[in-house]
Amino acid sequence: FSDHSNLMSFGFTIRIRGQVQGVGFRPFVYQLALDFGAAGTVQNDAEGVLIYIYCKEIDAFLRALETRCPPLAQIDTIETHPIDMKHFTGFEILESGNAGAETRVTPDAATCVDCVDEITTDGRRRGYAFTNCTNCGPRFTILKNLPYDRAKTSMAHFEMCPACAAEYADPSDRRFHAQPIACPNCGPKLAMSPASDDPLRDAVRRLRAGEIVAIKGLGGFHIACDATNADAVAKLRERKRRPTKPFALMGSLSCIRRYASVSPDETARLQDPAAPIVLLHSEGTALPESIAPGFHELGWMLPYTPLHHLLLRDVGRPLVMTSGNLSGEPQVIGNEEAAQKLGDIADAILLHDRDIVRRLDDSVERETAHGPMILRRARGRVPGTLQLPPGFEDAPDVVAYGAHLKSAICLTKNGQALLSHHLGDLDDPLTWDEFVKADADYAALFDHAPEAVACDLHPDYRSSRHASDTGLPCIEVQHHHAHLASCLAENMWPRDGGRVAGIILDGLGLCDDGTVWGGEVLIGDYQEFERYAWLDQAHLPGGDAANREPWRNLLARLLKADLDPAAHDVLADKPIGLLQQAMDAGVNAPLSSSAGRLFDAMAAALGFDGAQSFEGEAAMQLEAWARKAPAQEAGGSYGLRVPLEGGAIIDTDLWAEVMHDRDAGVSIEAMAMRFHTGVAQSFAAVARHVVKTGRAQAVALSGGCFQNALLLDLMIEALGDVPVLLQTKVPANDGGLALGQALVAMARLEAK
Amino acid sequence: LAHGGGGKAMRDLIDDVFTSVFQPASMEDQARLTSTALTEPGAQLAFTTDSFVVDPVEFPGGDIGKIAVCGTVNDLAVGGAKPLWLSAAFIIEEGCDVALLRRIVASMATEADKAGVRIVTGDTKVVGRGSADKVFVTTSGVGVIPAGRNLAADQVRPGDVAIVNGVLGDHGAAILAARGDMALSSDIESDCAGLGHLMEAVIDAAPNVRAARDATRGGVASALNEIAQTAKCGIVIDEDSLPLRPEVKGVCEILGLDPLYLANEGTLVLFVPPHEADAAVAAMRSTPEGRNAQIIGTAVSDHPGTVTMRTRFGGGRIVDMLVGEQLPRIC
Ligand SMILES: [Fe+3]
Ligand SMILES: [Mg+2]
Ligand SMILES: [Zn+2]
Ligand SMILES: [Zn+2]
Repeated sequence: FSDHSNLMSFGFTIRIRGQVQGVGFRPFVYQLALDFGAAGTVQNDAEGVLIYIYCKEIDAFLRALETRCPPLAQIDTIETHPIDMKHFTGFEILESGNAGAETRVTPDAATCVDCVDEITTDGRRRGYAFTNCTNCGPRFTILKNLPYDRAKTSMAHFEMCPACAAEYADPSDRRFHAQPIACPNCGPKLAMSPASDDPLRDAVRRLRAGEIVAIKGLGGFHIACDATNADAVAKLRERKRRPTKPFALMGSLSCIRRYASVSPDETARLQDPAAPIVLLHSEGTALPESIAPGFHELGWMLPYTPLHHLLLRDVGRPLVMTSGNLSGEPQVIGNEEAAQKLGDIADAILLHDRDIVRRLDDSVERETAHGPMILRRARGRVPGTLQLPPGFEDAPDVVAYGAHLKSAICLTKNGQALLSHHLGDLDDPLTWDEFVKADADYAALFDHAPEAVACDLHPDYRSSRHASDTGLPCIEVQHHHAHLASCLAENMWPRDGGRVAGIILDGLGLCDDGTVWGGEVLIGDYQEFERYAWLDQAHLPGGDAANREPWRNLLARLLKADLDPAAHDVLADKPIGLLQQAMDAGVNAPLSSSAGRLFDAMAAALGFDGAQSFEGEAAMQLEAWARKAPAQEAGGSYGLRVPLEGGAIIDTDLWAEVMHDRDAGVSIEAMAMRFHTGVAQSFAAVARHVVKTGRAQAVALSGGCFQNALLLDLMIEALGDVPVLLQTKVPANDGGLALGQALVAMARLEAK
Repeated sequence: LAHGGGGKAMRDLIDDVFTSVFQPASMEDQARLTSTALTEPGAQLAFTTDSFVVDPVEFPGGDIGKIAVCGTVNDLAVGGAKPLWLSAAFIIEEGCDVALLRRIVASMATEADKAGVRIVTGDTKVVGRGSADKVFVTTSGVGVIPAGRNLAADQVRPGDVAIVNGVLGDHGAAILAARGDMALSSDIESDCAGLGHLMEAVIDAAPNVRAARDATRGGVASALNEIAQTAKCGIVIDEDSLPLRPEVKGVCEILGLDPLYLANEGTLVLFVPPHEADAAVAAMRSTPEGRNAQIIGTAVSDHPGTVTMRTRFGGGRIVDMLVGEQLPRIC
């Protein structure tokens, strides 16, 4: 104690923020401190993890904190301050100071390799379907409320046996403070309906025999069948009344490789603790066409619970794992609900006695040449937070209510945004219940008291009504401005970063002039925007019916291009006269610049007839055709007249060329490709020009059409050397809209 | 017809077109009325008013005059009142064809006769060209609610049965067709009708009728939403049970319109306790306006304030009250 200054230089507080609670962070710090011969304490508190440490190699210690941190931990920031500190003689894990101190819960995580080993080798957890540890297992799906603690989860009524309790209390054990810890003696148990002595074996037998089995998973029930059995798949389609929408699949990595090409990036994505469904190009052995009729990509996921691992190992084949719901409704989570709703679809139900507290769909993602693409953000990704860009540190807390069809809500607080899980179509009454519940639920979990709310301009989105019902100040955000802001936000574009050119290719969103947008080049920032260029408007004959039936858009586009004879030729069996009059008279035929409907029109021109049986089917079909275009034919593009100085992007020539190629017998694949190229080049040219002339700093790409990876590719290529911002963390579709709404609202509130 | 105040042309017009048909209750500037029904202990006076603008003013199945009488008669009737007297006020565009006015007034007289009401006072104003579109009509109505009747939306309870008296959307579809710019089947006629007698028949047969609403603008969807919100209960309707004329259904499919939101002028929806449902349907079907009466759903305790439709495929869809016209929502 003689050299006081020396003591000061070795004592530090380390404040760590991010996803650092409930992921084994404290035992990790404990172990690390022992390795460094350091002394002090580590504890969780409201802001994350707080370390008091006496350490002679503090720089190395800090580096190790980052590089060696546990698999599920995510460090956002580390702050270190020297302090005057007594020389402790040991290192200690402190219990949380007070109730409510632990503020974070991590997303659910796929079974880790250690746990997979454990259930497949001798030991007390061999074959046990609910094995988990600090590095894996259920989290958010079993949580009732914070702090994240066994008593607050659906594990509460399972009393730990002495062996589990010992593991739970041992800082050197992989299960130290693993809240859902369980073993066959004390944890959840499987059951079968109709009853069976050995549910797992019975389920395996049934699946191998081509039966359909409903399986209780992490965030909801799945309905499974043998994916190699065409009869089983056909039976499932019929019983689920789902004629063509692709089914998701589950298999081990080696199994997936038999049916699909899997790049290293795709492997990493499949193996991410979130275990999303990953869209993979089919290659090798063919699966029955009925799994995804007409599509060259299938959605695959790895087994992510011990139950999945055990099932797949014994079935030995890939499984169809489609969500367990009635058409249009959310996934079933309760045992009784499953019996009632899935009883007619499945031959048997494999269930268990650990309640699912939160319904979470499987996340859907893909890898592109330009990084990840998130199509549906749910299990494994929530409640992960996103850091807000510079300039929003002190912005007021808001909640944004998103869109109508792919709804998700977004809360902001403390410089972070929490985007909820995918909620879905708010016209569905049960989904609506979920939405209202999620609003209250996330607010309670994150102790959120917003100053204002944000929503879409559309007065008839249920989310917009919900926003105005809160009675809080409400900021209405134009749909495509929100898409733009969402892209800016996830790219950490600073609030004062200047204006960007947003190419927003989307389905549709209302503008305050009463028209419907959806194919725009906007110039703007978080706060303001202007519409610089747009796809020339055409009618949407029949309003939302034009979304269900792509041919309506073809009719509108052909008539607008004065190609009446072509319209009568291609759409001979359609009520052209009546719709023409409806468009002229303004009867349910609003004008729209929707790019999504342009893709629909093109799909119809190439033979997509009738109604879509799921959202985006026609556009997906068009993309699939284009990808199959033989190289020698794929060149060229259809012409859109490009107004470099702003205005309408005219598609008249495009349709003349399409009709010409059609008569000339050009393949639909080549035509689909030329269409993609034409759209990409025209929008890219306008946005590029805006950047090159100094009116914007970068180009941002967003909107539902950018789920089309081919379009994204072509667009980025056509943009050339201008800086491009993409959506890789949140969906470019309406699932990411709430994030953008929140940021626009914050920017506007701050500007006042 | 010239624009002007109280000149001779106007007096002639009133004498000629209006007074000869209507029966003013006195020669003073007011109607002086008595009714024994009103003096019954516990009886309530019901009073309502509505303005009517419709383009075109004549359409298959009716004209603006017929709507103006039926609309106000129905507003009284759905509240359980027996309609007695009407007033009628006209805003007439300069140059409006007098023959047209005659036809409108004649159909008002016919409709009033049918409904058993008298048009006892009225007014006319002529405005300059473009200040009105041909003719606008405002009617007010007085009726009497007999003692003991209390039809009100807040009387609806979970379990009550929802019944409509006839097919949906005929008026909206007929108006679309009559605008002339649509090559719609002209077979579709407006359902425009007075529902006073039908209501009396229902109340006789099902004395505990809770509430009724005429499903005019915004259609059955809006009427149901109003009831759900006032009664603070949910309403579940069954897609397959909705009575629709095939022509109307076809037109709606092509134009992307939802018949639940199409206007009606002779369609009401009412709620009765379950044990009176059959009697109410039978009573309705015994009247000309209720031939196609049909149970379409029930009030429930789930989702208070919300109307839900059980679809053909077994799923559910929320049937919202719309802020304006049907605007596309699918992104
Ligand atoms: Fe959108
Ligand atoms: Mg009225
Ligand atoms: Zn584990
Ligand atoms: Zn145990």
